[in-house]
Amino acid sequence: MSNLSTHNLSAGYDAAHPVLEHLDMTLEGGHIAVLIGPNGSGKSTLLRTLSGALSPLGGEISIAGRKIDGISRRELARLMAIVTTDATLAGGLTVGETVAIGRHPYTGVFGRQSKSDRAIVAAAMEAAGIAHKARVRLAELSDGERQKVMIARAVAQQTPLLLMDEPTSFLDVGARIDTMALLRRLVDDAPGRTMSVLLSTHDIGPAYAVADDIWAVDPAKHTILTGPKATIASSGILDRPFAGRGIKFDADKGDYFAL
Amino acid sequence: MRSGIILFILALATAALFPAGMLLGSVDLPAEVVFGALTGRGDIDEVARIIVVETRLPAVVTSCVAGLALAVAGLLMQTAFANPLAGPSIMGISTGASLGVAVVLMAFPAMLGFWGRLATIGSAFAGAMCVMGVLTLFSSLVKSSTVLLIVGILTGYLASSAISLLNFFSTAESVHSYVLWGLGSFSGVSLGELPLFCILAIVPAALTSFYAKPLDALLLGERYASNVGVNVELTRTMLLVISGMLTATVTAWCGPVGFIGLAVPHIARMLPASKTHGFLLPATALCGAATGLLCQIISTAPALSRGVIPVNAITPLIGVPVIIYVLLRRKNLSYS
Repeated sequence: MSNLSTHNLSAGYDAAHPVLEHLDMTLEGGHIAVLIGPNGSGKSTLLRTLSGALSPLGGEISIAGRKIDGISRRELARLMAIVTTDATLAGGLTVGETVAIGRHPYTGVFGRQSKSDRAIVAAAMEAAGIAHKARVRLAELSDGERQKVMIARAVAQQTPLLLMDEPTSFLDVGARIDTMALLRRLVDDAPGRTMSVLLSTHDIGPAYAVADDIWAVDPAKHTILTGPKATIASSGILDRPFAGRGIKFDADKGDYFAL
Repeated sequence: MRSGIILFILALATAALFPAGMLLGSVDLPAEVVFGALTGRGDIDEVARIIVVETRLPAVVTSCVAGLALAVAGLLMQTAFANPLAGPSIMGISTGASLGVAVVLMAFPAMLGFWGRLATIGSAFAGAMCVMGVLTLFSSLVKSSTVLLIVGILTGYLASSAISLLNFFSTAESVHSYVLWGLGSFSGVSLGELPLFCILAIVPAALTSFYAKPLDALLLGERYASNVGVNVELTRTMLLVISGMLTATVTAWCGPVGFIGLAVPHIARMLPASKTHGFLLPATALCGAATGLLCQIISTAPALSRGVIPVNAITPLIGVPVIIYVLLRRKNLSYS
């Protein structure tokens, strides 16, 4: 069963001019898909639509085999977690407190954590490599550490699907590679290959290295072409966004280069 | 664990300020007279009894409850608007409530008693929610919290201008009573009205305990909050309605009291404990109660010789240093 699939999905803000349309995409368990496209091509719009923050202009989205419209808020929170680089006001929270917010879909009105909730939070921090900072406040962390916290928070949510909107955009190169390796490890270590990640990025190199699938936006046709990374890389699709600018995708090196 | 100890200490500190408030006032009364009047024991002069039970007690309780209500309103607004400088007075909510009160005071100066009071509270709430509505509308249009703050301040000026115009067309007496009310005072609640005031301020404040969890999620931003199952729009609306009720209740009785709502949540955040709302809500409530009491004590302390200092002359002395400290150390609150 796929963790995420769409059928003839249109996404955007204006039904007369969808940003993306005719989207038929699937993301299988155990896969990392990397969403690539130039600025303004609709990557964030798609992720907002898939996460339920934006209503689709048409078509269907299914999460874990169920249509998204039929899933309650709380159930959806147990199926899909997000990681963004949105600014927050949470600088005063500790790492442990922030990761514990990932347990909100499972706790009661007052948010009291059970023993197993606390164990899951601890394991999530361990998996993301941030457990040693559990009592440190977010304001005192580096950007890379903070992103690990947000990933740990998503892991604590125990969802089969993880959506990430440019998770590495503020990170230095070391932290970018670390983050991607962390995602690969999380997906591979999840029991029964049940977890999937869809992430958008401008930073192709480190993401391509860990990706299973590439979702490439074709800005001219307002659609997305998906497939295993080798297929997409050799198809020439990835060259289209920068056609005429002398920039080509090199499948062996897994990144863009000027000719 | 530590959070519990700090809350206990705060509660003790608030309780300790209570007798100080009861002992100070424009008439010098010895402690045993005050105690006797409160407990009804001993042979207490009727005048002294009236001063203690019908003047000081309501003022002290009011200062405590008003401080609590404004501080909680400020905390809710800061998290709901994702703006550490939000607060009922600075964003014009108190002024909106004042406009509501002014309309009632000027239009129906003869309406007194219970129904008059109810009309004042209702119109204060309507005024507060109008400004809250303007802010909510703008918060969906502009991302910048500074711009939102400026919109709030400007809306407050508009409400002030409407109040001035109302003053212009009113009788001298109603203007006089309005001006006195506008200086802020915790002495406006009579013993008979005290239970109503306490219920209207404490019930909404107590309701916030159901919101500690979504408030924490909102600290991470709308998308994260929504992702862990929070109905962001409904939650935000409820938080703003509760803040509006708290602000309107206090404003209707005490006038537009400045700075407590903005500054006290930051005092609570400075405490060496958790910054989750499970701690911040009770800590802010207790710090607010203590701050209100402190303002009441300072305003009546020199009263023996020169009369009472208006509350709004004191709150900036406490509020402004806190806000400057927050501005200088913003990193502790947010990151981007």
